[in-house]
Amino acid sequence: MSIATMVAELAKGMVVSTEVFVLTLLFSLPLGLILSFGRMSAHAPLCFLTKIYISLMRGTPFMLQLIVVYFAPFYIFGIKISAGYRFTAVILAFVLNYAAYFAEIYRAGIESIPVGQYEAAKVLGYNKVQTFFKIILPQVVKRILPPVTNETITLVKDTSLAFVLAVTEMFTVAKQIAAKEASMMPLMAAGAFYYIFNLVVAMVMERLEKKMNYFR
Amino acid sequence: MNFVEISHMKKGFDGLHVLKDISLSVKEGEVVSIIGPSGSGKSTLLRCATMLEKMDGGSLSYLGKKAVWEENGKCVYASRAEMKEIHKQFGLVFQNFNLFPHYTVLKNITDAPVSVDKVAAAEAKERAETLLEKLGLADKRDAYPYQLSGGQKQRVSIARALALQPKVLFFDEPTSALDPELTGEVLKVIKELAAEHMTMIIVTHEMQFARELSDRIIFMEQGIIQAEGTPDEIFNCENERVREFIGKFQG
Repeated sequence: MSIATMVAELAKGMVVSTEVFVLTLLFSLPLGLILSFGRMSAHAPLCFLTKIYISLMRGTPFMLQLIVVYFAPFYIFGIKISAGYRFTAVILAFVLNYAAYFAEIYRAGIESIPVGQYEAAKVLGYNKVQTFFKIILPQVVKRILPPVTNETITLVKDTSLAFVLAVTEMFTVAKQIAAKEASMMPLMAAGAFYYIFNLVVAMVMERLEKKMNYFR
Repeated sequence: MNFVEISHMKKGFDGLHVLKDISLSVKEGEVVSIIGPSGSGKSTLLRCATMLEKMDGGSLSYLGKKAVWEENGKCVYASRAEMKEIHKQFGLVFQNFNLFPHYTVLKNITDAPVSVDKVAAAEAKERAETLLEKLGLADKRDAYPYQLSGGQKQRVSIARALALQPKVLFFDEPTSALDPELTGEVLKVIKELAAEHMTMIIVTHEMQFARELSDRIIFMEQGIIQAEGTPDEIFNCENERVREFIGKFQG
């Protein structure tokens, strides 16, 4: 197999990896925020439930979570699993897992905002929704960018775990070619792809950080 | 009419009685300073009056409108709609400014009038610019809080409170986070407000300032008002504790 063909094959796999990456971020970032509200809630049962959820998501192997999400509809509800569910299950598992991590990052950010900001907003008459979205959240976003970058970079590499549910993303392609050609080359090339992807992610995040530098 | 009416206000934290029985009324245009040692309950009084803390007992009203009263031994707060009106009557200036760091000076001042009081953007901007001019901050309108000195920050926070056109302004140790030089520029602004007969209640450790400016001084200790009177009365007070406290400041 020529190098050009190999790169073309890997690029096809990359499309799937990128889909997993984008969809996961798109849904887990807002879901994480909602979870962090539950985690910080004064309502004890709600707080307890989110705590358990986060603990399970962080404390069990992600590979197992992928399998559970894929097979649960059949084993628990007796629903026949269609082939199309594979990709959905991958996204669902990624979102559920990453949201747990993001929830804790949001919590750290929100709890780091001085209480004086809430008090100033209250005395000025802002309601709770305005206070959160206008006053608190912009400051939280600035503070959590570095840990979010960390998670995002991990996510790029984690997309390779989609192979567990036989979703053919880039690393799966690389392994198949490597096996067929009896060569390390495809795997190294895949490594280069991930590295470049992450360079771009890091650059974008650095830009965002710079953009938020207008205040301190 | 009394702009602020506090009667029998009580507040405790975990069994510690911080405010034991505070009654205080402030008339229109009056400037009242509250002095006293740390832990005497001065700040708690301000925080209860501005509803940052919930009172345990007593009542509170602004311009004759009841905000808090007692029913069956428990404090009842006015309805949300009434409270919104009552909230407009007062402003609070914090010790450590609490400006919004992600907003420019101008936006810090205009945002609450626009998003809370639904004032038109152009009018809010005009109000803010007038205030900035008056407080000597016209050239700082586009600066962010981190670019300002402590004194400038405090003046911006006074402008932010004034932009909502409150009837009463509370100050919680407005100069305690500032060095003596910067303290002067903030006190000057408060003096100007006093000259315009703004109704103000000021918790302060600046004895000379309180003496010059106030219509009335209140000495608090251990959660009660120990002495109250005109500056001359307080500074020549017979009360042992008041003499001792003021004596420390006059060296």
